[in-house]
Amino acid sequence: MIEIQNLSKGFDGRSVLEDVSLEIRDGETFAVIGRSGSGKSVLLKHIIGLLTPDAGRVLIDGTDLHALSYGELRKIRRQFGVLFQGGALFDSMSALENVAFPLRTFTRQSEAEIMDRAHWCLSVVKLPDAGSKKPSELSGGQQKRVALARAVALEPRYILYDEPTSGLDPQTSATINDLIVHLAETLHATSIVITHDMNSVLAIADRAGFIHERRLHWTGTMEDLRCCADEATLAFVKASEYVI
Amino acid sequence: MVALIRHRTDAFFTGLGRFGLLLGSAFSGTPHLRLYYRNLTEQFVRVGIDSLPIVALASAFTGAVAAVQSIYQLEGSFYLPKTAVGSFVTTSVILELGALIAAFILAGRVGARIAAELGTMRVTEQIDALEAMGLNSASYLVLPRILAGVLMFPLIYVVACTVGIGMGIVVGETTGVIPLATFIDGARLLFRPYDLFFGVVKSLAFGFAITSVSCYYGYYTSGGAEGVGRSTTQATVMSCVFVLLADYVLAVIML
Ligand SMILES: Nc1ncnc2c1ncn2[C@@H]1O[C@H](COP(=O)(O)OP(=O)(O)OP(=O)(O)O)[C@@H](O)[C@H]1O
Ligand SMILES: [Mg+2]
Repeated sequence: MIEIQNLSKGFDGRSVLEDVSLEIRDGETFAVIGRSGSGKSVLLKHIIGLLTPDAGRVLIDGTDLHALSYGELRKIRRQFGVLFQGGALFDSMSALENVAFPLRTFTRQSEAEIMDRAHWCLSVVKLPDAGSKKPSELSGGQQKRVALARAVALEPRYILYDEPTSGLDPQTSATINDLIVHLAETLHATSIVITHDMNSVLAIADRAGFIHERRLHWTGTMEDLRCCADEATLAFVKASEYVI
Repeated sequence: MVALIRHRTDAFFTGLGRFGLLLGSAFSGTPHLRLYYRNLTEQFVRVGIDSLPIVALASAFTGAVAAVQSIYQLEGSFYLPKTAVGSFVTTSVILELGALIAAFILAGRVGARIAAELGTMRVTEQIDALEAMGLNSASYLVLPRILAGVLMFPLIYVVACTVGIGMGIVVGETTGVIPLATFIDGARLLFRPYDLFFGVVKSLAFGFAITSVSCYYGYYTSGGAEGVGRSTTQATVMSCVFVLLADYVLAVIML
């Protein structure tokens, strides 16, 4: 379980998040929505301890991330798969090497097993032939999908997606949404999906949270969203061309 | 003014602290040997082998110029024996020029590359991605680069000395002023094995200074492409500064 308690964070005296509290239960898929620049990626980086909160705590299965030694923090991070907003592929390696990297690093599998798994992950994101290409030879959307393959290669318990479908066409987006649902079901993974795309929120999420004016303005299930969300939340939802 | 000085001193000590932390975590990591092996061999090639041609070129010219200059001084003096050329070229190359010229070239070549590489990895979140996987990014990225610098620089130094002195001999021979035998007599006259040891120690220190300083600037880059440019410049400049500092300190301690 991921618990965020009264988290506040600012940069250079400018506050980005204030008093955010949130619980994400095991096995659920939680969507984080909010305007560009509202602090969604900042929130995500706190969950794996890449940023330190100014106030508040982040607990993973009851352990406070920032009370841990670096070594213990790294152990906890190994339960996570993270898709960064920009992909963050290692540009010195081919797409296949990128996907194989976590397998090489953290498993004792044979080279053949690793290659099998890496090829399989690439085919799941519909890029079976991109393996030998360097990230710079791939389009933005393709890089994102390779990064997604890398994030899930180790079948992590927690998967964090920072805008998995931004920059993708509707069909590919739908494939990625299916993949997220599929992984959540087969791995019993707990997923946090940051997205602008309300269609994908409705397709994949059990619950969602809306970050607005530095706070977690609204949280609820998809039914809550239909019936009882407040004006600001509905305004955001409606703006994304989705008609409830 | 006082505030500015205080700000600068604070910044200096914060920087020093972060430098220490970076090295601390780089050397404390339990290495994933399989992973590091690849990375290390790659860095050896990039830092060491790839630098050899330009270092050889620079030290060839350094040796040649040293020879030409000492021949010139010899001609203006009645007291200096012809062997002085060999002594002068050999000692100056072994004690100072070989290591220093190589260090300046490596600061530009290797230092800039390290800073740009790590800086780009930082601003494109590749370092965050390594960390998010549960890897010690400092140990994975910094350690192999520093090891490659420290282990390859003595080799580069030896090559620089050999080529530099070799070119001194060639100049002496081709101008017909200093025959090979005279040059070698001169070289033998002042040569002490300790000098070579001193040069090797110096090159170890230079290799460490250049790679660690460049890793520091690259690793802590912020601010996009502009930030990468800034780190790269700072890395080369500060590498040179630290090389000169180390040069002086070692001379005081060891000579
Ligand atoms: N390392 C940082 N240093 C300074 N400011 C930062 C840093 N990271 C984020 N910010 C600021 O925090 C705010 C929120 O950034 P964040 O990346 O979380 O937005 P976001 O909600 O993910 O937006 P988008 O949907 O466009 O990705 C922004 O105003 C940004 O300028
Ligand atoms: Mg973002």
